[in-house]
Amino acid sequence: MWKFILRRFLVMIPQLFLLSLIVFALAKQMPGDALTGISMDPRISPERIEELREKAGLNDPWYEQYGRWISGIVHGDFGTSYTHKIPVSEVIAERIWNTVFLALITLILTYLLAIPMGVLSGRYNETWIDKVVTGYNYLGFATPIFIFALIMLFVFGFSFEWFPTGGSVSSKVDARTFAYYLSKFHHVILPAFSTALITTVGTVQYLRNEIIDNKFKEYTRTARSKGIPDNKVYTRHILRNSLLPIAAFLGYEITGLVGGTVIIETIFSYPGVGQLFVSSIGLRDFSVVTAIVMMLGFATLLGTLLSDIILSMVDPRIRIE
Amino acid sequence: MKKPILQIENLTTSFKIKDKYYMAVDHVSFSVSENEIVAVVGESGCGKSALALSIMRLHNNQRTKIEGEIKYKERNIVSITEAQMNKVRGKDIGIIFQEPLTALNPLMTVGDQIEENLTFHTKLSKEKKRLRTLELLTQVGIPFPTRTYKQFPHELSGGMRQRVMISIAIACNPSLVIADEPTTALDVTIQAQILELLQSIQKETKMGIILITHDLSVVAEVADRIVVMYAGQVVEIGTVKQIFAKPLHPYTRSLLNSIPSAVTNKQRLHVIEGIVPSIVNMNRDSCRFSPRIPWIPRHAHEESPELHEVAPDHLVRCTCYKHFYFQDHRGVKITNGIT
Ligand SMILES: Nc1ncnc2c1ncn2[C@@H]1O[C@H](COP(=O)(O)OP(=O)(O)OP(=O)(O)O)[C@@H](O)[C@H]1O
Ligand code: SF4
Ligand SMILES: [Mg+2]
Repeated sequence: MWKFILRRFLVMIPQLFLLSLIVFALAKQMPGDALTGISMDPRISPERIEELREKAGLNDPWYEQYGRWISGIVHGDFGTSYTHKIPVSEVIAERIWNTVFLALITLILTYLLAIPMGVLSGRYNETWIDKVVTGYNYLGFATPIFIFALIMLFVFGFSFEWFPTGGSVSSKVDARTFAYYLSKFHHVILPAFSTALITTVGTVQYLRNEIIDNKFKEYTRTARSKGIPDNKVYTRHILRNSLLPIAAFLGYEITGLVGGTVIIETIFSYPGVGQLFVSSIGLRDFSVVTAIVMMLGFATLLGTLLSDIILSMVDPRIRIE
Repeated sequence: MKKPILQIENLTTSFKIKDKYYMAVDHVSFSVSENEIVAVVGESGCGKSALALSIMRLHNNQRTKIEGEIKYKERNIVSITEAQMNKVRGKDIGIIFQEPLTALNPLMTVGDQIEENLTFHTKLSKEKKRLRTLELLTQVGIPFPTRTYKQFPHELSGGMRQRVMISIAIACNPSLVIADEPTTALDVTIQAQILELLQSIQKETKMGIILITHDLSVVAEVADRIVVMYAGQVVEIGTVKQIFAKPLHPYTRSLLNSIPSAVTNKQRLHVIEGIVPSIVNMNRDSCRFSPRIPWIPRHAHEESPELHEVAPDHLVRCTCYKHFYFQDHRGVKITNGIT
């Protein structure tokens, strides 16, 4: 098991290296650089800007710039943010827990919605309840998440004022008090729920199909032949087998959500990594942008590994050594 | 006369295909007594599994219609509720399926899968259930019961899995076990072992067995009586002796003639031309087997043949068997054949 994990980490190195090259190249390709902003300023002479460029190393050949950048990353230094004037790692650290919290709550809500819906529509497929769930799924697939999130924000945030319309915590509460955590929760619930209501449809559909598939499997017939009542056949046999592929997907799901918070955080003005990403692109703060992309890339690889580990834990047929 | 455990009368099972029901089991009647092995034989698609699953009521009841009577010890189990049926399944009647890998839950240990039966039909304590399960594993010839108890189905060989399947079926000492092609998926050497195992269990428990197979050579050695099915119907019933010594129906004779060992060196192995008609495309108005023996003239066949008793306990559908003969590959009548 540990050998397997170590091996997977070793395989990640070339993958991340490749990603870093692409990220670096793209960042260089983008119009403008960190000094584009001040170069518009007529008070600063072009000579001075050229001097600053030279000092920042922006005139060096690309491989030298890349070398400096990558060796920094290896040492945990992502450079300094041009807009925030503090190390990139600090800028991200401030936000990352908000994003993780949002993603986690979204994930929990997604499954809380998906499991009952998927199980009911799979078990009673072709009945009215299945038709209702399937109808919901079609709507969910057809609705763009940003439009739905805007509607939710408008209705429950601005009209009813049930939930805050921005931020991650109220400024009126002290850190580390119960009220503080409650406020965090209050802020996260609307963006999380809005996302979950839409993203859950994939899992619902998948689970429904798994249930329908499994209820006609031969082992289910064997279970029935033992005289096990229908309800118990579901809880003891069908459900576990149907949840298996979904559990295995958990790893990918988590990273998908962390990446997916970009839109949602922006709409709900939620100070997470996603929102930081969007604003940093606008400000040409490339050191932040590249750091976030690298981080997401790493998270994706971790998610894949996590999925493999989960699968080996829930499925006795799969053993990793 | 031995006590019948199961009496099937005019059992008809129909499947719904595109809003219409088609019979896969067509007015089948036979009985099984204690300590008896009744073999049900017929080619693929004759309705053998449909029959087995009807007895256990394991068909999808939204798409299946079951008519007639299945009396388990005088009680008609076709009409009882699902909850009542759950007390019969696994306890009074056990079933063994053809493919032991897919028939076992891949995520559950062997021990848990056997114990489940005991959980639903007995009040045994956890420890007692474990002991009974280990006893069962020993009884079915598993070499290391305590180890196998904790293993998963994929960790066992095909033969071992089928032994586990058998121990599930017999866990609650049922009076009847239905074995639906229990050896078809296994190696030849293992096949014999599994059949011997079933026989040895029967010796102890006196249970009745319905052994479904398409392999007549298996039947000769283990069965007491034989039910020959073709296209959902019983075409011939008799004791093993009757069927092997004096097979009457052309289908029975064709089946017997296709067993390699029954063929004398000079003769070619007889192959039954054609296939079993599907339940949707079957012509039910005339004899169902006649299209496969085209050399027999039309007038020799009955319109819709009925089962006749030709000797005590020996029933055969139709009378035209009197005119039936085999033909060799050149179309020449075989007169010196074994049948
Ligand atoms: N659930 C079902 N729905 C529709 N048709 C079915 C169903 N089950 C069986 N049939 C049809 O009924 C007929 C009998 O099938 P059955 O499985 O009983 O055959 P069998 O004798 O067991 O054959 P085999 O040796 O292949 O197991 C076949 O024509 C089959 O296509
Ligand atoms: S009519 Fe002919 S083919 Fe048909 S059952 Fe009778 S003997 Fe067989
Ligand atoms: Mg079958």
